[in-house]
Amino acid sequence: MSFISYLINGVSLGSVYAIIALGYTMVYGIAKMLNFAHGDVIMVGGYVVFVLVSGMGLPPILGVLVSMVVCTVLGITIEKVAYKPLRMAASPLAVLITAIGVSYLLQNIALLLFGANTKSFTSVVTIPAVVLADGKLTISGETIVTIAACIVIMIGLTLFINLTKAGQAMLAVSEDKGAAQLMGINVNGTIALTFAIGSALAAVAGVLLCSTYPSLTPYTGAMPGIKAFVAAVFGGIGSIPGAMIGGILLGVIEILGKAYISSQMADAIVFAVLIVVLLVKPTGILGKEIQEKV
Amino acid sequence: MKKFLSIVVASAMVAATLAGCGGASASDSTAETTENSASTEAAEGGASAEGATFKIGGIGPVTGGAAVYGQAVKNAAQLAVDEINAAGGINGAQIEFNFQDDEHDAEKAVNAYNTLKDWNMQMLLGTVTSTPCVAVVEKSHEDNMFQLTPSGSAVESIQYDNAFRVCFSDPNQGKASAQYIGENKVAEKIAVIYNSSDVYSSGIYQTFAAEAANQGLDIVSAEAFTEDSKTDFSVQLQKAKDAGAELVFLPIYYTEASIILGQADKMGYAPMFFGCDGLDGILAVEDFDTSLAEGVMLLTPFAADAQDELTQNFVKAYQEAYGDIPNQFAADAYDGIYAIKAAAEKAGITPDMSASDICDAMKAAMTEITVDGLTGAGMTWGADGEPNKAPKAVKITNGAYAAM
Repeated sequence: MSFISYLINGVSLGSVYAIIALGYTMVYGIAKMLNFAHGDVIMVGGYVVFVLVSGMGLPPILGVLVSMVVCTVLGITIEKVAYKPLRMAASPLAVLITAIGVSYLLQNIALLLFGANTKSFTSVVTIPAVVLADGKLTISGETIVTIAACIVIMIGLTLFINLTKAGQAMLAVSEDKGAAQLMGINVNGTIALTFAIGSALAAVAGVLLCSTYPSLTPYTGAMPGIKAFVAAVFGGIGSIPGAMIGGILLGVIEILGKAYISSQMADAIVFAVLIVVLLVKPTGILGKEIQEKV
Repeated sequence: MKKFLSIVVASAMVAATLAGCGGASASDSTAETTENSASTEAAEGGASAEGATFKIGGIGPVTGGAAVYGQAVKNAAQLAVDEINAAGGINGAQIEFNFQDDEHDAEKAVNAYNTLKDWNMQMLLGTVTSTPCVAVVEKSHEDNMFQLTPSGSAVESIQYDNAFRVCFSDPNQGKASAQYIGENKVAEKIAVIYNSSDVYSSGIYQTFAAEAANQGLDIVSAEAFTEDSKTDFSVQLQKAKDAGAELVFLPIYYTEASIILGQADKMGYAPMFFGCDGLDGILAVEDFDTSLAEGVMLLTPFAADAQDELTQNFVKAYQEAYGDIPNQFAADAYDGIYAIKAAAEKAGITPDMSASDICDAMKAAMTEITVDGLTGAGMTWGADGEPNKAPKAVKITNGAYAAM
C-alpha cells in the first residue's frame, strides 16, 4: 500500500517537473537556446498568486489566471529585451549567459520586493483528500489536481501543435528556421508565442508546486528548474512527449529512490540516472538523432 | 524602431534594478556611516567626560530562513543594553551595541565579523545560528576576541577557549530530549526526520539516537533530507506512518517543520511532534496555519508565560518595545548581555583595554560567575564554554507556548 502511495506522490512531483520541462523543451526546440530563467518565472508565478490570494483575498482561480497573464507578459518581455537582440548577432553562448543573468536578476528582484523570509503558501486547491483502503492510502487534493492539470496540458498542447496554423508554424521553425522564414512564417512571432506558452505553463507549475509544498522563497524555482531541465534532457530535449515522460520518470525515480534506497541520496540518484541515460542514449529517451549534413 | 524600443526598455529595466539595489545599499551605508560617525563622536565626547564605551558587536540572521531568531536576539540584546546603560553601564562605562545581518550564511557571517572589527568591536555576542558560528569562531579565535553565542548550539560553535554559549549544546539537546520523552513516558515508538546537511540537526539526531537506546525508546524510522530537497517530505512521513510511530522527533528548524506539519495533515497522519529549540519561531511563519502546530512539544529553556518576576518583566518590556512575545532566542540574548556584564564586572575590564586583553580577562571571569537569568537560575559556565542549567519543555496550546 505504501508503494502505491509513493508511486502516486512520484507521479505528482513528476507532473510538476513535466509542466516545467515543457517550457524548457519548447524553447529549446524552437529557439535552440536554454532558457535558464524559466525556473525563476515559476517563482514569479508563485509570488503573484501569493500576493493576490493570500494578500488581497481574491478567489484562487482568478489569482491563477492573473498569474498566468503576468508570467506570459514577463516571458515575452524577457525574450524581446534579453534574448532577441543577441539571437542573430552573437554566439549561442552569449544567449546562455544572458539567460543565467536574467535568472539571477529575477531572484534578486524578488529578494528586494518580498525579502528572504519564507512565506507559507496557502494552497489554492479546495478539493478534499481522497481516503482509500481504510485510511491506509490518502491522496491529497493537490496531487489529484496536479496530475489532472498535467494530462490536460499535454493533450491541449499536442492538439494545438498538430491542428492549428500557429502550432504548425512552431514545428516548421523548429525544423528549419531559414526555410520557415522563406515560406512566409513569422519566425520572431513564433518564438515569442513559444515563450508566452512556456511562461504561462510556468505560472501553472508554480502554483501547483507551491500548493503541494507550501513554502515560497525567492529561490523556490531554482532547484525544480534544474530538475525540470534534467527531465527535458532525459526525455530528449526539443520533444514534447519526451518532456512529459522525462518529467514523470524523474519524479517517480526521485520518490522511490528516497523511499527504498536512501532519503538523503535522492538528488544523487536522480542525477546518476541522467548520466547513465545520456551515456546509453545521448539524445535522451525520445530524442531524434540529427545527422549533420555537409 | 523596434530595436530602438527594445534598447530603451532594456536600459529602463537595468536602470530600474540598479536604482533599486543601489538606492537600498547606498541608503544603508549612509545610515551606517551616520550611525558610526555619530557613535564615534559620542564615544570621543564621552572619552573626555567620563571614559570611553564598551563596543559589543552582534551577528545573526535578520533576514532569510532563520530571520525570526536574529531579529529576536537583536531586539532582546538591545533591550538589555539599554537597561544596563540606564542603570549606569558596566564598570561605569556605557555600552554600544552594533548588530549585523548574516542571513544564516557562514560566508556572510564572516563578512559581518570583519565589518564589526572595522568598527573596533571589543566583544561579540553571536552568532545566532550554528553553522555561521562555526565559521566565525575560527576568526575570533585567531584574533583572541571574546565571543558569547546566545544560541549557536553545535559542538564546534565554541570549540576554542575564547567562546562561550548561553544555550544548550546539540548533544545536550538530543540527550535531554530522549530523557524527557523516556522519563515522562510520552511515547515509545519514535520516528526522526532530520537534515543531514546541517550540523545542528544531525548533531542532535546522533545523541538522541544514542540516549534513546538507554531510555528504552524504539526509533522505528530515521529519515534524512538535505538542503537541496527540503520541500517534499511525503516519503519520510509515509515511512514514519508505516512504521507505526506515535511520535515524530524533529531536530530541525521551523521553516521545514512548518512544511512537515502541513504535509502530515494533508496525508491524514497525526502523531505527536517533538522538537528542540529550532522549532521555536514556528508560530511566527508568515501565513502559517498555527492550528497545525497545536500540541507540538519542544524542549526550550524559556517559556514566555512563566510566572517568575524576571520573565514577566522581560516579556512586558519586550512587548512594549517591539510588539511581539519574545521567544527563547530573545531570552538567550538577554541573558547573554547580562552574563557579559557580570563577567566584565568580575574581571574589572575597562573600555580602553584591547580586545585581546579583554578576552583573556573575560574567559577567566566567565567560569567564576553565577547568573540568575531568564533561561535558568544559577547558571554557571565551565572552561569549555558550556552552561550548566536545567532544560524545560513547552507545548503549543491555543497558538501560544505553554510550560508543561
